[in-house]
Amino acid sequence: MFEKALKGNSYYWMWLAFLGALMSIAAICYLRQYNYGLGLTGMSRDVSWGLYISQFTFLVGVAAGGVMLVLPYYIHDYKAFGKITILGEFLAIAALLMCLTFIVADLGQPLRMLNVIIHAQPGSMLFYDMIVLNGYLFLNILCGWVILTSERKGIHPPKWIYFFVYLSIPFAVSIHTVTAMLYCGLPGRHFWLSAIVAPRFLASAFAAGPALIVVVALILRRVANFDAGKEAINKMVTIIIYAALINVFFVGLEFFVGFYSNIPGHKHTLQYLFFGLEHHGHIYNNLVPFMKAFVLLFVVGIGLISLPYTRYNKNDIWLGLGCAAIFISFWLDKGVGFVLGGFVPTPLEEVVEYYPAANEIFITIGIWAMGAFILTVLYKIAISVEHEIEA
Amino acid sequence: MDKKRRDFLKIAGVSTLAGLGGTSVIGQMLSGSTPAEAGAAKEVSGHGNEHAPAAHGSNPHGSVAKSGKRLGMVIDLRKFRENPHLGEKVVEACHSTHNVPDFPNKKDEIKWTWLTEYEKAFTEHSHYYKDHSTLDHEVLVMCNHCDNPPCVRACPTRATFKNKEGIVAMDYHRCIGCRFCMAACPYGMRSFNWRDPRAGLDMNTINTRFPTRMRGVVEKCNFCAERVGIGKQPACVEACGSSKALVFGNLNDPNSEIRKVLKANYTIQRKPSLGTHPSVFYIV
Amino acid sequence: MYDGGKIITGLILFVLLVTFPIWYNHGNAGAVPKVELPKVAKECVLPASEMRTSHMQLLNEWRDKVLRTGDRSFDVKIGDKEYQKSLMNTCMQCHISKKKFCDKCHSYASVKPYCWDCHVAPVE
Repeated sequence: MFEKALKGNSYYWMWLAFLGALMSIAAICYLRQYNYGLGLTGMSRDVSWGLYISQFTFLVGVAAGGVMLVLPYYIHDYKAFGKITILGEFLAIAALLMCLTFIVADLGQPLRMLNVIIHAQPGSMLFYDMIVLNGYLFLNILCGWVILTSERKGIHPPKWIYFFVYLSIPFAVSIHTVTAMLYCGLPGRHFWLSAIVAPRFLASAFAAGPALIVVVALILRRVANFDAGKEAINKMVTIIIYAALINVFFVGLEFFVGFYSNIPGHKHTLQYLFFGLEHHGHIYNNLVPFMKAFVLLFVVGIGLISLPYTRYNKNDIWLGLGCAAIFISFWLDKGVGFVLGGFVPTPLEEVVEYYPAANEIFITIGIWAMGAFILTVLYKIAISVEHEIEA
Repeated sequence: MDKKRRDFLKIAGVSTLAGLGGTSVIGQMLSGSTPAEAGAAKEVSGHGNEHAPAAHGSNPHGSVAKSGKRLGMVIDLRKFRENPHLGEKVVEACHSTHNVPDFPNKKDEIKWTWLTEYEKAFTEHSHYYKDHSTLDHEVLVMCNHCDNPPCVRACPTRATFKNKEGIVAMDYHRCIGCRFCMAACPYGMRSFNWRDPRAGLDMNTINTRFPTRMRGVVEKCNFCAERVGIGKQPACVEACGSSKALVFGNLNDPNSEIRKVLKANYTIQRKPSLGTHPSVFYIV
Repeated sequence: MYDGGKIITGLILFVLLVTFPIWYNHGNAGAVPKVELPKVAKECVLPASEMRTSHMQLLNEWRDKVLRTGDRSFDVKIGDKEYQKSLMNTCMQCHISKKKFCDKCHSYASVKPYCWDCHVAPVE
């Protein structure tokens, strides 16, 4: 089926060339980092995880979000999602490959990566994360490919594949739960040490993942003559609205616990993220604009996708903008604030701020471009098959 | 596919997953570390016994020979106040013994032991109206060599582990540089080699009996395992001479000097509420 | 088979290409390197032939014993004298030149052990 990806119009090739260029820049930047060390990033002994791990954390959510299409279709037999379930599965593949690349980019000794298997440690959450991420990647490649091939041949998918389809549902939940457990099981990092991290991650994932799919589906309607169907889009928007509200509700609960209990450790990071943290006469607030944008974009986004005027407008640009706003908003929340904020204050109650370096920003952009590249190729294949069936 | 088959597969999927999880894996997770050496570590823990009786007792995994040792240290801050230059001397002794590089750029910083303000070392203690001597003097901090180390739990490769003497050690050959241990350490005692550490060392004056590190691995105080293992005192303890500002020894031996010091003095630990059971004690 | 001719030609070209160094050197392995042996000692911790083939395993074994099991006893013997299990503090005390000993064979065999990223070679 790969030959489907080799036929496209000039916009398709220009888009891929553009992404390829970004990937090449990132490859050069990564070589620099590989030769010099992670000192080329903005990380330090106090903020020891930066953009790479925060992007990883967010993208695990995007991957898990695809299950919001798989679950209604296969468990509840919700037929309207039939055409776009494959988009969810292929999005998961692209997002997971980005996750794994971000982890490798973050390793100080990438050549020793397999030590995680050779010297496997069942006590470490990273071990389980490796298992579920790779497992979910495998399941999505398998299910997506087998089902698409059957569709193309106009036959029912083989029955054994449904075992893996159903298996992929708990896997989707587990990838984000285990990723949350990387953080929420660490003593001494108050902001992360919260039982609500995993449910919050899932809620944000179930909003951000489908939001991206809606945006892409609306774009595909214009550029690829692919109609996801009104009912499917509408149902997805409903899912996004609920999941987004639940995520923000959970953030609100964190505020209540921190500020009503008045325990300094529980408040510090929230203060730092949303208002700026005063420490020895200096106010540290470099993430405040991002968090303000998170709140603002959430309000704008939820308004655009809930209010009937913009939601059901003939011109679907409002709906697209609303979903994009939700996606970016939750990227700011989880892909920037959550991981970076957790390091403030340090265990010695100092405040050290993190500024990503140019080299790591280019690598980060390049890995996103790689994800977009893979997603484009996979969607191209899926849509070409759809067109072939219709023809 | 007919309805019944779908239902069957749903149930099959869920029960397979439950089977995959398995009780043994969960058991290992709860025990906090892996079978062999970790079991031994728990058995010998003196401190752990008093505070967490549930964790003690029959250990299904304990198979490695136990030395019954748990090395610890008492830091007598009174002695450091009496002798204001002692702290720097201790830090210098440690860093030169272990070829710890000196990078002026804070972003690249690596340190094993250092002096910091009382309120930073003891964040859980009240800092209102502290007396002058506490406010004016700094506290020596280093890896606590916890009896229940979160960094060891977090490490995906067992590159950091608790050895049979209770030292939380690093195996630089195995570390993949994921820095999970740095996020896990509630004391901020771990450093990462963001660049080639030899760039921050004068290779003509380094200690040629001890290696440097390479870039991309995490490092920290090793309680001088390389010296203790051949019967010497840690470099920092040696630097204190006969002042007894640092007392090092086996916490599990009731007749050891360190136990006598602990018995005779009121001591505190850093962040005891986290249940890590630090092996470093402070006399304030 | 479709395009059989092309595939077989391609395979032959590939094999020729990867074996190029052998053809180029007419199967000659080049001059075997001569290492400089210590002047202070006649024997090593194991017979020379064993050291030649498995010094890396021995070093790994020492590493794990010293670092992971904490066995730092001086139990390595040359004759009656006992030594510490240590690359820097035992091996390199006799083999005083890394360049004339380690590097000779390592560069010949094109192996790049990362020992010296951390361990300090004797000053030369």
